[in-house]
Amino acid sequence: MNGGIGIKSFGVFVPRARIPRAAIADAHAWALPGLKSLGRGERAFCSWDEDPITLAVQAARHCLVGQSEGPRTVSLASTTAPFADLQNAAILSQALRLPETVTAQDAAGSTRAGLRALVQALESGNGGRALVVGADDRRAKPGSTQELTYGAGAAAFLTGDNQPLARYLGSYAASAPFVDHFRQSGAPYDYYWEERWIRDAGVAKLVPEAVKQLLTRIDVPAGRVAWFGLAGAPSGGDALVATALGIPRERLVPDLQGTVGDTGAAHALLLLAGALERAKAGDVVVIAAFGLGCEAVAFEVSHPPAASPYGLAAALGRKTVENSYLKMLSFSGELQLDWGPRSETVIKASLSQQYRSAASLAFVGGRCGKCGQVQFPVMPNCVNCAASGALAPYPLSDEPAHVATVSADWLQYYPAPPLYVGLVQFEAGARALMEIVDVPAAGIEVGAPLNFVFRLKAHDELRHYSRYFWKAVPAA
Amino acid sequence: MATGIKDKVAILGMGCSRFGERWEVGSEQLMVEAFNEALEDAGIERKLIGAAWLGSALDAVNVGNSALPLATALRLQGIPVTRVENMCATGTEALRGAVYAVASGAVDFALALGVEKLKDSGFGGLPVPSKGTMNDLWMPYCSAPAGFAQLASGYGARYGFSREELKRALAHVSWKSHQNGARNPKAHLRRPLEMDAIIKAPIIAEPLGVFDCCGVSDGAACAIVTTPEIARSLGKRDLVTVKALQLSASSGRESGTAEWDGSSVPNTQLAARAAYREAGIGDPRQALTQIEVHDCFSITELVTMEDLGLSEPGRAVADVLDGRYDADGAIPCQTDGGLKCCGHPVGASGLRMVYEHYLQFLGRAGARQLPKPRLGLSHNLGGVPYNGVAAISIVGLL
Repeated sequence: MNGGIGIKSFGVFVPRARIPRAAIADAHAWALPGLKSLGRGERAFCSWDEDPITLAVQAARHCLVGQSEGPRTVSLASTTAPFADLQNAAILSQALRLPETVTAQDAAGSTRAGLRALVQALESGNGGRALVVGADDRRAKPGSTQELTYGAGAAAFLTGDNQPLARYLGSYAASAPFVDHFRQSGAPYDYYWEERWIRDAGVAKLVPEAVKQLLTRIDVPAGRVAWFGLAGAPSGGDALVATALGIPRERLVPDLQGTVGDTGAAHALLLLAGALERAKAGDVVVIAAFGLGCEAVAFEVSHPPAASPYGLAAALGRKTVENSYLKMLSFSGELQLDWGPRSETVIKASLSQQYRSAASLAFVGGRCGKCGQVQFPVMPNCVNCAASGALAPYPLSDEPAHVATVSADWLQYYPAPPLYVGLVQFEAGARALMEIVDVPAAGIEVGAPLNFVFRLKAHDELRHYSRYFWKAVPAA
Repeated sequence: MATGIKDKVAILGMGCSRFGERWEVGSEQLMVEAFNEALEDAGIERKLIGAAWLGSALDAVNVGNSALPLATALRLQGIPVTRVENMCATGTEALRGAVYAVASGAVDFALALGVEKLKDSGFGGLPVPSKGTMNDLWMPYCSAPAGFAQLASGYGARYGFSREELKRALAHVSWKSHQNGARNPKAHLRRPLEMDAIIKAPIIAEPLGVFDCCGVSDGAACAIVTTPEIARSLGKRDLVTVKALQLSASSGRESGTAEWDGSSVPNTQLAARAAYREAGIGDPRQALTQIEVHDCFSITELVTMEDLGLSEPGRAVADVLDGRYDADGAIPCQTDGGLKCCGHPVGASGLRMVYEHYLQFLGRAGARQLPKPRLGLSHNLGGVPYNGVAAISIVGLL
């Protein structure tokens, strides 16, 4: 069915910071000793300058590495995207420097949105290439169960019909008025009903039925399912469903609950990435997402992906363990520290300036047609030979670079002090003063190689506007 | 053919307010304090001043835009008054305006006054600049010390100094200025410091600690200039004349190409070369009897010694530790305590430096009087080492 359409490539990004759940439980032990039972494993959390858009950009960049043909559409599925009216997927598309004819679309409203967007892309019928990204940074009330079980991350999939990694077999979706949790527009936190009810009356009944319907629809017996993953359910829900379906437990894709945490709309896509990384040719993979019913999708793996620095396993390995619960609270905005008068600066963005700076904000510099100097930002005259209007676009986000000068600034207001700032020297010749983030405690030296990530540049608390730019990170 | 400014203009009188946390006065009183001293020193009537330049860098901090703050504070009626701003070179820019006015023959007497009232901002260090429509879409926000600390990383990397070696030399820079500042009644910080306390001070911007940073203070400084002929006709002897006034501004090369290695400030080198040429100085090490340089941070002063051609490249660390720039060294530097101890009311600093030379030349420097001062250089750096301006003025006895 659907010819040979399937998954061409995928990429995963998980924020580097992981906090042991025990650190959260310990902080609350005086009041909520019961949380200690959830204190095993760790969860990912966003730095102050990461949000679903920045997570999505990284996952999408990972997905598009080596792809000569880009997507024609971009979907961003998230339940925590920063903008309610301003297409988040459009910001993603601009950061990826995709052509302006690429259509962008947000998907939201449910943790099923990621898997749904992928199915929509696969079933669009034109065999076209679509980029589908699920990204969430789930906010939880301090002291809640979700504060320990939620996480942050993103996964991106490129669909297409020419020799895919995994062929799309089909999907099944069913709706049910089973409200396990909700969050009204503008409300800060999710509200959950009792976990036992969710598990026994919801997951255990709705998910096996949906998967059975899917397997019948695609005419695949449960015994052929090599990998099964379930998102949106309480921990252990996947095993419950596997038992009901007669799928052996060793065929469960690791649920990432104790490594990343529940990543909402991204979670089913992260599980799919985990399954593809484990699969061999001929394996059938089934991924389901629970939420107001259930969504289930099946693939047959045709060309198992080679181990890659851009997948899930690599993302799980790239981490910095942070034991400070207060740091997590501060980064997420749950704790408002007194940062002093230097934090009172007006950071209002000029939208007209932002529009005419679009190329710079996509980190596109220029190369002088007269002298060859690569430079950033593009100014009217070449920085080297002063030739006028001779600069041709030159993207810098994937260019090799190193630290030319650096300091750790403890005076400037910065939400994750110290602010590492320095001149970044591109091998291509350009140079720019940049923030350097994700610097290890030992610091960073002149000459150290750098990569670039798309991050929050500033958030205007007064007008509720986030703006983004690229920052340097130590090359792994 | 341009002949330069050398000896075309004399300093007739100078004044300088006490620098410090002047909670009790506003910028108008600071201006008047400096001006009254200068006017008395010049020995002329206020109405003879034909044109005035006001230097004030931070418009949002209590001085204000335009000519009006100066014209109003000094009650200068009906003469051209111009406000200039060029970051930390602002005071020197005001002087340049006044000196050029006299040299051109447009006026007989011109006034240059620099002032800043920083301590009403509520900040410990320099206030955060007001954004306006500044394009901060990609430029990182970073503090002034972090901007200058880039020099330490570049200098250390180029010459192979460890952090500890560099910290020792930087500490000597600050230690020396505190020794000098203790002898200047107009300085903000007048307490000598132990070397160990400087090295171990809390870090502000790696590797700069709090004592590697200059003070932030309120203050004003002022010069009244005229021609040497008029000065003589007024009975002045031991004339102090302007030998050179030069300025270099970045075009973006340092921060936009691979040229700059972070170990020097090209603007200082360019301005110094032009100033030595204008002043007819062949070997500055022999010619200069004292210097006042822009020690906003200790690393800036250290690197400046090389940029001015006073230390060989890579040798400033050794020269500083040898005491070459101490008050009793070969080329005394910051005899008044420098920015380090006077503090840095941005618009005033360039003129405060010239004031120190002027006092030294006329034997008025009190406990810090040098034995044979003849030719002094002052130096300002605005912006950051990789993107800014450098101003140099050279003054001396005629």
